[in-house]
Amino acid sequence: MFQAWRNLYSKSDNAKAYSLLSPALFLIILVMLIPMALMLSFSSFTQVSMMEIDFTPTVQRYIDFFEKSLLVSLLIKSVKISFIVTLITLLTAYPVCYYIAFYVKKNKMLWLVLLTLPFWTSYLLRVFSWKIILGTKGVFNSTLLGAGIISEPLTFLMYSEEAVIITLTHAWAAFALLPLYVSLEKIDFSYIEAARDLGLSKFEVFWKVTFPLSLPGVIGAILIIFIPTVGDYVTPALIGGTEGRMLSNMIQAYFGKINNIPLGAASATIMLTTVILITAIVSYTTKRLTQRLS
Amino acid sequence: MNEKFIQINGISKHFGNVKAVDDVSFSIKEGEFFSLLGPSGCGKTTLLRLLAGFEYPTNGNLLIDGSDITALPPDKRPTNMVFQNYAIFPHINVEQNIKFGLRKLGLTDDEIKKRVDDVLALVKLEGYEERFSGQLSGGQRQRVALARALVRQPKVLLLDEPLGALDKKLRDEMQLELRTLQKEIGITFVFVTHDQQEAISMSDRVAVMSEGKIQQLSAPNELYKNPENIFVSDFIGETNFLKASTKSKDGEHINVTIEDLGDFKVKNNLNIPENSSDVVCSVRPESMMISRDKSDWDICLEAKINQTSYLGEMTRFYVEVSGINKVITVSSQHFDNQSFENNTCFISISLEDISLLQKK
Repeated sequence: MFQAWRNLYSKSDNAKAYSLLSPALFLIILVMLIPMALMLSFSSFTQVSMMEIDFTPTVQRYIDFFEKSLLVSLLIKSVKISFIVTLITLLTAYPVCYYIAFYVKKNKMLWLVLLTLPFWTSYLLRVFSWKIILGTKGVFNSTLLGAGIISEPLTFLMYSEEAVIITLTHAWAAFALLPLYVSLEKIDFSYIEAARDLGLSKFEVFWKVTFPLSLPGVIGAILIIFIPTVGDYVTPALIGGTEGRMLSNMIQAYFGKINNIPLGAASATIMLTTVILITAIVSYTTKRLTQRLS
Repeated sequence: MNEKFIQINGISKHFGNVKAVDDVSFSIKEGEFFSLLGPSGCGKTTLLRLLAGFEYPTNGNLLIDGSDITALPPDKRPTNMVFQNYAIFPHINVEQNIKFGLRKLGLTDDEIKKRVDDVLALVKLEGYEERFSGQLSGGQRQRVALARALVRQPKVLLLDEPLGALDKKLRDEMQLELRTLQKEIGITFVFVTHDQQEAISMSDRVAVMSEGKIQQLSAPNELYKNPENIFVSDFIGETNFLKASTKSKDGEHINVTIEDLGDFKVKNNLNIPENSSDVVCSVRPESMMISRDKSDWDICLEAKINQTSYLGEMTRFYVEVSGINKVITVSSQHFDNQSFENNTCFISISLEDISLLQKK
């Protein structure tokens, strides 16, 4: 019996792979698949009263979601905020990574460490420090007031969409830096020289060679920022105010204060589906874009 | 035919304190297969990159076909390069790679198609248009790199050790093919290599480089037969060095004393002065013989063989001549696996093809 098992094991790569993966698989089933199954089933129930849930399956919660214009607009706002955050992060991180990958000759690691240094502090602390910077009596406003540039504190800085965007952009920048840097660093410089040699200007070389070759990193960065920021609820809760509220804050409320677990579960499922759809679209279009560019 | 098609005038390239190329001047003829040969770090690749425009010289200027290209960026130069690692763009297929350099030439679609078809036929890659770099063998990649550079019809093709990554057999094949191709299309080739056999077998002329300077620039057979200094003599083929000192001149010849061997009269091609003690004689393996019996060659010495190692066309002997250990390399033709009594043998040297060289 043991011998037979051993034979199977040594012959089958799949068996080896599964046995190596089993601890991770077990964990994923425990903390991902089971909760997700629970979420899906709860989204088909009905909250009858505070303590009572009707377990008859229904799709009414999903209909409820789209009938509540607040939820739909919060979903759109969540996607919009994450989209802007992703875009700003990409536009700021890409040139930095490009510089480190191609122009820094010595101590590249030091540059990367310095860039990621702020991210060694907790996410929560960083969100709070933005509160100190952007608040009515914050660093930003007092400086402008003291310099006489403004006579009254700028209020849009705090408890607004802008505040959420600024904070999220800063909070996730490091996660964009690394995939972008790796994909740029991997590009053999002789590709760039070859393109120059074949008559392309520096600008054209970027769009025809460097950028297409760095696309895996760009896609990685997009997904790594977009996916967590869509669902972020710490930042909007702490510095978003009512203006900067996102769908995740509402979902939290359904599971807490409002106590409508089925509607909360349905909202979460819709959000998850949206993220998966957007991820698929991004991957597909960037692939098409690569082919188009070349 | 333009004798001074490429002019390299007093070119230096310094990287910090390192003089990668040190005040080099020479010309390359139109339609020539020209090689830059030297060990790694000798400056040959830097010189090629200066021609391509990837580096700019610290001093000096470069002319191609009469126009000064010293300050031109790579995309404005009449040169194209075959890279050492081929640098085939991995995100586009073979056809798109070859077309890559044509978009800026202002050709019509028909002209582009004709050029691509012609160049694919030239490098024998028809039918590979749709393949990607990852689906090609080393030799095929090399052909794509060649096609991509040639399709632009440059005045000069620069090749940076293009055969280095190929196995021996394929390399020999490609050497012949490159040579034939170059004669067929008549474009000037500047070929960088560290492989002396490669440079000698393919080139019209070779510049041997070391420490950023040209050590000798001549036809391949001249490099072997008449090396101008110890470096070239040592770098090209096998040789045996014998310490010597010069005495009086005698027309084209000079009297020398070869250490441990005695006085002889040898050719003095390099016009080495009289009474110089810093000279060596370079004796090629084919000018030496090892035999059981005494010979009537110019020099014949008794020696004891301690060890032999067979190298194919050459055999290396570790011998003892009058109590002094020496290593000599002899053409295997001149040694017929004879058995030696008590390892005693006679070493014969012909003075005919000996080169007298000055130490630095």
